[in-house]
Amino acid sequence: MSNLSLFLVVFLSGVILVVGGLGLAILISPKSFNPQKGEPYECGIPTHGTSWMQFKAGYYLYAILYLMFDVEAIFLFPWATIVRELGVSGLTSILFFLLILALGLAYAWRKGVLKWK
Amino acid sequence: MFQNYSQPLEFTNLTSWLDAALRENLPEFWAVFIELVLVGVVLLAAYAVLAMILIYVERKITAFFQARIGPNRVGKYGIFQTVADVLKILIKEIIHVNKVDKFLFYAAPFFMIVASVLTFGAIPFGKSLHAVDFNIGVFYVTAVSSLGIIGVLLAGWSSNNKYSMIGAMRSGAQFVSYELSAGFALMTMVVLSGTMQFSEMIESQAYCWNIFNGHISSLVAFVIYLISGHAETNRGPFDLPEAESELTAGYHTEYSGLQFGFFYLAEYLNMFIIASIAATVFLGGWMPLQISGWDGFNQLMWYIPSYIWFFGKVGFLIFLSLWVRWSFPRLRIDQLLNLEWKYLLPINLVNILVMVILVLTGLTLTDLF
Repeated sequence: MSNLSLFLVVFLSGVILVVGGLGLAILISPKSFNPQKGEPYECGIPTHGTSWMQFKAGYYLYAILYLMFDVEAIFLFPWATIVRELGVSGLTSILFFLLILALGLAYAWRKGVLKWK
Repeated sequence: MFQNYSQPLEFTNLTSWLDAALRENLPEFWAVFIELVLVGVVLLAAYAVLAMILIYVERKITAFFQARIGPNRVGKYGIFQTVADVLKILIKEIIHVNKVDKFLFYAAPFFMIVASVLTFGAIPFGKSLHAVDFNIGVFYVTAVSSLGIIGVLLAGWSSNNKYSMIGAMRSGAQFVSYELSAGFALMTMVVLSGTMQFSEMIESQAYCWNIFNGHISSLVAFVIYLISGHAETNRGPFDLPEAESELTAGYHTEYSGLQFGFFYLAEYLNMFIIASIAATVFLGGWMPLQISGWDGFNQLMWYIPSYIWFFGKVGFLIFLSLWVRWSFPRLRIDQLLNLEWKYLLPINLVNILVMVILVLTGLTLTDLF
C-alpha cells in the first residue's frame, strides 16, 4: 500500500466522520421553529449592525511577520535534514540567511510593530 | 551495542497475519481495498474512543486539582459520563442561524476535523502501527495541522457575531505566532536526527532519546515545543480565544448540537496530537528506555509492548498540560504575543544554531560515548 493511497483513506475518513455525524444528528435530532432562534447569540436584545466590518490592524501585522518566518521555515527544513553532510559550509551559508531574517525581526521590533496598541 | 529483543504482544503479528490471510483468499485488488477500509475504520474508531477517554480523564483530573469529586453518576466512577454526553450531543437540535454566511459556516467543522484526522493518521502509535509514514513526516505534520486555523477563522468570521469575530481574530494571531515556535523546535530535532520521517526518527532514538542526545539544546527545544503546543491547542493560560468570561464561547458561539461537538472533539484530539508528536520527536516515541551496558534492564524494558510505552509517554505529557492549565492565570493578548515574538522566537533561532554546532562538533551524547 503506497503512502498516497493511505493519505487519501485518512482524508476520506475525516470527511466521512463529519458528513456521517452531521447526517445522523440531523436525522435523529428534534426540530422546532421559533423566530428568536435565528438571532445571533449576543446580549438578548436585537443586535446592532453586522460584525463584518473593519477590524484592528494589529492582528494583520503579526500575520505579515508570520508569513516571513513561515516561508523561511520551508527553506530551512531541507537544510536541517542534511546538515550533517553539508558540514561547516552549510552552517555558514545558512547563517547569512538567518541573519537577514533576524534583522527583519529587529527592524519590526524597533518600528514598534510588536507593541500592542 | 544493543539488540532488538522480540516482543510477542506486538500488533505487527496481527497485521501480518491478517494481510497474509486476505491475500491468500482474495484477488490482489480486493485484499488491498479491504485493508484500506480497515485502516480507515480503525483510525476513526481510535479517534472517537481516544477523544472520549481524554474528556473523561480531563474532567476527573481537573476535579482532583480543584478538590472536587468530578463525574461519578453514570457508571462506576462515572466512566460512562462521556458516552452519555456524546449521545446527548447527537440528539440536540442543530440551530440554523439567520444572518450567517451559510457556506462558510457549514464548511468550518470540516476544516477542523479533517486537519486533525490527517495529523492523527501520521502518528506512530507503536511498532509499525501508523497509517501514513511520509518521508517528510515532520514537515507534513506542521503543514497539515495548520489547516485547522482556517476552520477557526471561517467559523468566527461566518458567524456574524462580535464575540465570534474577536475570538477568531485572537485565535488566528495566537495560532500563527506559536506555530512558528513549534515548527522551529521540531526543526531542531530534525537537525539532530538527520531525517524527517517519523519511523526513521524513532529508529535513530533506539540507543538514546533525542531529549538526552542533544542535552542543553534539546531541553530548550522541548520546553519551547510544550509551551507553543499548549498555545496552539487554545488551552490553559492561553485560552483567551474562548475566554468564557469575556467572549461567551469565542469562535464557536453560534454553533449548536453536533457542529459544536466537532469543535470540541478537534480541541481534545489536538491536545493528544501535540502530546504524541512531542513524545515521538523528543522522547523516542514507542522506543523503550535503554541504558548502555545494563543488558538485563534493557531486555526487561523490551518486554513491555511498544504501544504501552507510547501511551505512557503521551499520558505523562497530557497530565503535564492539564497541570499547567489549572495552575496559571490567563494571559492578556499583548503578553501572549510578546512571549512568542520577543522571547521564544529569538531563543529558538539561536537554539537551532547551537544544535547545528553541537552536531557538527560531535558533542551529542551518542557521538561522545
